[in-house]
Amino acid sequence: MLGHADPAWLWLTHNSRAPALKASHGRSKPGAGRVGLSQMPATLAQKLWESHVVRSTPGEPDLLYVDLHLVHEVTSPQAFEGLRLAGRHVRRPDLSLATMDHNVPTRGGARAADELSRKQMEVLAENCRREGIPLHQIGSRRQGIVHVIGPELGLTQPGMLIVCGDSHTSTHGAFGALAFGIGTSEVELVLATQCLPQTRARDLAVTVEGELPLGVTAKDVVLGLIGHTGTSLGQGHLVEYRGSTVRGLSMEGRMTICNMSIEWGAKAGMIAPDDTTFAYLERRPYAPRGAAWEDAVDRWRSLATDVEAAFDQEIHLDAAILEPHVTWGTNPGQVAPVTGRVPEPRSDTDARALRYMDLLPGTAFADIAIDRVFIGSCTNARLEDLRAAAHVIAGKHVHPKVRAMVVPGSTTVKRAAEEEGLDAIFKAAGFEWRNAGCSMCLGMNPDILAPGERCASTSNRNFEGRQGAGGRTHLMSPPMAAAAAVTGHLVDVRELIN
Amino acid sequence: MAPLDRADVDTDQIIPKQFLKRIERTGYGPFLFYDWRQATDFPLNRPEFQGAPVLVTGANFGCGSSREHAPWAIRDAGYRAIVSPSFADIFLANCYKTGLLAVTLPAGQVRHLIDLASEDPTAEITVDLEAQQVRGEGFAYRFEIDAFARDCLLGGLDEIGLVERHDKSIAEYESKRAAWLPAVRS
Repeated sequence: MLGHADPAWLWLTHNSRAPALKASHGRSKPGAGRVGLSQMPATLAQKLWESHVVRSTPGEPDLLYVDLHLVHEVTSPQAFEGLRLAGRHVRRPDLSLATMDHNVPTRGGARAADELSRKQMEVLAENCRREGIPLHQIGSRRQGIVHVIGPELGLTQPGMLIVCGDSHTSTHGAFGALAFGIGTSEVELVLATQCLPQTRARDLAVTVEGELPLGVTAKDVVLGLIGHTGTSLGQGHLVEYRGSTVRGLSMEGRMTICNMSIEWGAKAGMIAPDDTTFAYLERRPYAPRGAAWEDAVDRWRSLATDVEAAFDQEIHLDAAILEPHVTWGTNPGQVAPVTGRVPEPRSDTDARALRYMDLLPGTAFADIAIDRVFIGSCTNARLEDLRAAAHVIAGKHVHPKVRAMVVPGSTTVKRAAEEEGLDAIFKAAGFEWRNAGCSMCLGMNPDILAPGERCASTSNRNFEGRQGAGGRTHLMSPPMAAAAAVTGHLVDVRELIN
Repeated sequence: MAPLDRADVDTDQIIPKQFLKRIERTGYGPFLFYDWRQATDFPLNRPEFQGAPVLVTGANFGCGSSREHAPWAIRDAGYRAIVSPSFADIFLANCYKTGLLAVTLPAGQVRHLIDLASEDPTAEITVDLEAQQVRGEGFAYRFEIDAFARDCLLGGLDEIGLVERHDKSIAEYESKRAAWLPAVRS
């Protein structure tokens, strides 16, 4: 992790939890603690947790009820196979939704996929057919990245518990939901029982105050945060993002921040729902309507951390001094303001990362040339992200040595972008305009970097080989990636928009 | 024991994405650390570490993607336990479900184990889940583990079967859910 010149930028406090809340962990009768907790101050995370407890017994994990189980082709086949071998069936296909995203080709349709990917897609379709799970398959109107389609359909709502066999499930926490990624065995467990045994996590608050400077986005907030916390501080914690900066963000920005909670180790990230949340949800296909809408909003308004509630840990950020960020290493904590230079390695991990990235300490970020630009992923491929990137490149052209692509997060995003002419702006600038999917975020499909290629990417992970074996990834915001596409090197987007 | 003296080992390194396209739970062992193993000096390539049942490694092991293929690959390659100062949450849960023991010890003790394995590849340790101890010549390190996870690992319990026993509580919970909560339409 990289320190910041100004130590006042961030500080940690370790609060001792109020004794009343400690008592709630030791309750003996199911339900008894819930009655008690409703009268004592609670965090948003505690409220979400308590409202999903099916059964609680000392010495065992709480059994939680899952409101929505999102399913995709890569982490589910073994789970369905396990069910089949045990003669079990899906308990609540109506609380499950499947999509194809990880290995779908972003042009040429299913036929362009390799044989194994096609097989995985076919197996998902067959499993969904057999168990009655709704599926948005490749080529369908609502197909897209699992964490993009849940919110845009209005299926992701405040107060829900949402799981998916994917670590970026934390995205849905932006709506005041408890949402986290699970493994395949847990996918099988949820398919069979709609429940999940979970050991209570600790509470951590990240408070961000101040107005975001020009050119600084939600992505820079979360990259800046991870640069200071490192990659594992969040372990075992349910994180609530709060403060005036967070309140001022759109739902898209909030999703970007919650999405990357996992990149600093957090179990989940969440933001209390407010008028911005309700305005986003109203009239979405699955949002409650009429009197039910009023009931729902009344209930959602109670989903906020009580004033007297205590967090186990708190982090404060001043957003007003943030700058656009870029990663220089092979984990998201190896990040710095774009105005700076590649740092001296502080650990073996840093030194190894610099070797892999083929970077020398002291090199100005602006002197690092790139080969590829990827605008996409569950972190940054929503309509607002595409608008922000289009704003930077409008009337300009992709650098001749750069190959750039835009991969909308969903078919719905793609259609909406085309309706307002964003595709024309990207295409005129020399970007490839693709179909929805995870694409080059993880390179499980034809979209990958060649060995040694350097990419400015709006995705979430810069791990070795993540975007293709030997590929080198610099994470940044959509406007920053767009600016890099135009100039052919890492660049401070403010130089293009001022 | 086999030492991997690196921190923040992510699941993309443990099992790269091109090997996630299988639809089985087994057969991932040959692809463990696939990209790293292409380097001849990768420590786990050394013959003396082949067949070691314990992997000792740096902090935040298993970060990143939720792929359970990571513990599947580690188990398939013959490891029974991993010792690290810390594990990523999802990876840790996946280990327990896979029957792989993830042991958390203080950084200093893990450092001792990594150094010991690197200097003397024949050094043997015992990871004793029942006694919650990592023992070797001249040392015994106590480790903590979630009691429920320990029981499941020792007893090889079928977790789905356990949860299904609470069907009445689940049905009761379901009957009280708000009517306006979304149900997905086909």
